[in-house]
Amino acid sequence: MAVLSKEEAKQIIDKVLAFSKADETSANLNGSRTGNIRYARNSVSTSGETTNLSLSVTSVFGKKSGTATINEFDDKSLEKTVRRAEEIAHLAPDNPEYVGMLGQQNYLDVKSFAPSTDAINPDFRAEAAFKSIDPCAKKDLTAAGYWEDSTGFAAMGNTKGLFGYNAATSVDFSITVRTNDGLGSGYAVRDVNDVSKLDVALATEVAIQKAQASSKARALEPGKYTVILEPTAAVDLLQNMMGSMDARNADEGRSFLGKKGGGTRLGEKLFDERVNIYSDPQNLEIPGSPFGGGGGRFAFGGGGSDGRAQEKVVWVENGVVKNMYYSRYWAEKKGVKAIPPPTGFIFAGGNESLADLIKGTEKGILVTRLWYIRAVDPQTLLYTGLTRDGTFYIENGVIKYPVKNFRFNESPVIMLNNLEAAGKPMRQGGNLVPPLKIRDFTFTSLSDAV
Amino acid sequence: MKRRDFMQMTGMGMGALMLPSVPIFGSNVSSEHLLEPGIDVALKKRYADIALNATKSKGATYTDVRIGRYLQQFVFTRERQVQNIVNAESFGVGIRVIANGTWGFSATSDVTPEGIAKCAETAVAIAKANSKFQKDPVVLAPQKGVAEVSWKTPIKKNAFEIPTAQKIDLLMNVNGKAMENGAGFVTSNIFSVNEQKYFASSDGSYIDQDIHRIWPTFTVTAIDKAAGKFKTRGALSSPMGMGYEYLDGLAAEKIAGPNGTVGYRSSYDMVEDAILAAKQAKEKLTTKSVLPGKYDLVLDPNHLGLTIHESVGHPTELDRVLGYEANYAGTSFATLDKWESKKFNYGSKLVNIVADRIQPHTLGAVGFDDEGVPAKEWDIIKDGILVNYQAIRDQVKIIGGKESNGCCYADNWDSVQFQRMPNISLRPGTEKRSVLDMIKGVEKGIYIIGAGSYSIDQQRYNFQFGGQVFYEIKKGEIVGMLDDVAYQSNTQEFWNSCTQICDKDDYRTFGSFFDGKGQPSQISAVAHGSATTRFDGVNVINTGRKI
Repeated sequence: MAVLSKEEAKQIIDKVLAFSKADETSANLNGSRTGNIRYARNSVSTSGETTNLSLSVTSVFGKKSGTATINEFDDKSLEKTVRRAEEIAHLAPDNPEYVGMLGQQNYLDVKSFAPSTDAINPDFRAEAAFKSIDPCAKKDLTAAGYWEDSTGFAAMGNTKGLFGYNAATSVDFSITVRTNDGLGSGYAVRDVNDVSKLDVALATEVAIQKAQASSKARALEPGKYTVILEPTAAVDLLQNMMGSMDARNADEGRSFLGKKGGGTRLGEKLFDERVNIYSDPQNLEIPGSPFGGGGGRFAFGGGGSDGRAQEKVVWVENGVVKNMYYSRYWAEKKGVKAIPPPTGFIFAGGNESLADLIKGTEKGILVTRLWYIRAVDPQTLLYTGLTRDGTFYIENGVIKYPVKNFRFNESPVIMLNNLEAAGKPMRQGGNLVPPLKIRDFTFTSLSDAV
Repeated sequence: MKRRDFMQMTGMGMGALMLPSVPIFGSNVSSEHLLEPGIDVALKKRYADIALNATKSKGATYTDVRIGRYLQQFVFTRERQVQNIVNAESFGVGIRVIANGTWGFSATSDVTPEGIAKCAETAVAIAKANSKFQKDPVVLAPQKGVAEVSWKTPIKKNAFEIPTAQKIDLLMNVNGKAMENGAGFVTSNIFSVNEQKYFASSDGSYIDQDIHRIWPTFTVTAIDKAAGKFKTRGALSSPMGMGYEYLDGLAAEKIAGPNGTVGYRSSYDMVEDAILAAKQAKEKLTTKSVLPGKYDLVLDPNHLGLTIHESVGHPTELDRVLGYEANYAGTSFATLDKWESKKFNYGSKLVNIVADRIQPHTLGAVGFDDEGVPAKEWDIIKDGILVNYQAIRDQVKIIGGKESNGCCYADNWDSVQFQRMPNISLRPGTEKRSVLDMIKGVEKGIYIIGAGSYSIDQQRYNFQFGGQVFYEIKKGEIVGMLDDVAYQSNTQEFWNSCTQICDKDDYRTFGSFFDGKGQPSQISAVAHGSATTRFDGVNVINTGRKI
């Protein structure tokens, strides 16, 4: 049984803490069951299921810490793990940046667990794959897709009275549809906590339409264009920017938030005034984790399982940088609140749909997705990458024809200064991101890739 | 929710080919625990037989079982302190079956007869559930069972036997020397990996392997606070299929290059490299920005390896060519018709690319792959022509192959094995030629060292690469450093612009622990050998911006 209840988890953690002889001890208990199905060429290629339940114990003496992990839960094994963690701690070098463990925390209630997702089995996955493959095969198209569902929990406790528990479920689905002549390709991606909110057939239909519409693309000259980035395209650049908002790097002068002559750009207006970005673990569309490393999605900067409570945080307000995230050590050194990195962010947009944004565009490029994005210059947050799976030319509010893919060299900081409009946000990779209309987006070369 | 923990590493992006974070598998243990032997080989065989019998009784026509103990030690430091020491062990069983002509896979950390039997049943149940939608049954290329055999990486010093304190001392020395020579910040790490893999299959193979890898690396940062500028330079080491002897810094394994640069073959001097890195990072703060245009490029092996990886390694993976990666990594321009023609000029006549799993000291060197196929070597590009792909047992028939190339790999016991890149290397030139000889012949060019930013499209046509250090070449001489350099090209155009390759004396390998592919994404260690190589008339852009 990989997924334990709150009571079962607490019982194990309490038992572990009772064995402690260290100055401080914490226990993290994690369990999950993850299943997946992958298909390509209209046929299942791989499929599997993995279960894991593990306990991690950290013991601290002064500024020395040691961690040991185990996946056996009888009393003897639990005590052995605590002793091993204590042995490792005694042998460890001092960590001058060690900050003592937190005491009891007040965690927000988040709705990240869905029984419908918890109930998924191999037949359900196979049926989902069929709903995606079948319409493609009937239209003489080729489907390649991936489905991964997970149900799990994270629990943590320590000898200072902290205890937290969170159960979470998730489903990630992505589909690429290609025309059989290799000239068209379309893509759609969806992620949910509750599988009843996921319509595989509908997502596949979007990819089908894009594949058919993107065939026989024309070449446009590279240069600066007005672009409409669909949420799937916008999310990666935004996520990279959010992942660079660490306060220590800014204070040390090695971040885009470092200032000439020293100091940081906290409180400065860095973006268009319509840019508002915040995080909220209780948002019902993207429920996060109540604590760092708590069974949610991968948090920026590595997350962290120090038990800090996640809460609503405004990162950018009307274009002004309002907050950065901190390690507990750096926050203590600077005498500020130790805001942890978020597990997901919300870019507050407007009410316009993607179709509305297209309708209001005289000349521009619609971008479905960006691919192989890599940092070129961390100083300016310059990234390079390419468009993929559906790039279209817009003229007088109408999609005119598909165009060949471009390579871009662009910074999200510059991009968010050139914001023309932000539409209605939708969930993307655990974030809420609107379609963005951006002027002067820099395309530097053409690609023949389909 | 993710199956694995990913430790985000600042300054690590330069080393990883696709994944900019460091995957840590499994459970934290003590460094002493890493030296304990795993379960006895006789017990592994007994467990494997339990799985083989269980799947057969449930109707599987093929089964392979991998009992894996994966050990990692990652030592992280910054400036004058240890950031973290991670000793991790991951132990479990992965069972792959064919039932009703369809693949199924299941894995468990419950390594007991009961746990294995249950896992085996699940694998068959998954295969049968999926077979309802299977078009064509899976057909494997034959592979004769090899009975009971073993293979071990030929190491001189087991990195796990070196005291952690000794590693910390080395890294502290590296950091200290970098700071003394102009670095404002420095992170340094030593990654050590040991895969203890037991493979058994219904073909009659029982293969026990003990694979070792090591990667010492660092990133130095020079700061100009007044100007609000910072510049970095990463290590010029390579991850290797070696033990701790890689860090001996043997003089015989160094290749002196222009402007005080040093190339490292199978022995690395980390302190020496850190000193040079700090000086170069500092110099970058005030160096001139490149003028965009066409240049002849002289590419050091520590840089070219990444270009080989992205523009030759990935496009010649048969699973990509066939569309199995269409939803993630993409497909390939190197389509079957190009291979069938036997006339497709992938590169100039000088370009000979070889795939292998046997080069000593390399990341790709193994005895057998993860479906029991012995390691080998084969040509991918011969005299500029595409002649073969990388293929595994269930796909090689498509290119008329009778046996797998032996490049099936899984990154852990709980990952399903699939086609992964072996070593892909550019053969050195046959004429005697040093780097200085090559530079002498360049009128207007740039000499590029080290792997920087990298990006390529999903069919591997259009790419852009940066680097660590750039030197301007004018009239056959290096005249100074450049900054803000990236080159953009198209794969076929680029490899056809190859005009000179240095000889075997300059041959070195570059590699990565973290090549990413597949869904769920898996990592793989891969190396790329080459000598310094010249490419003519390549488009260089300026990446400088202001925010």
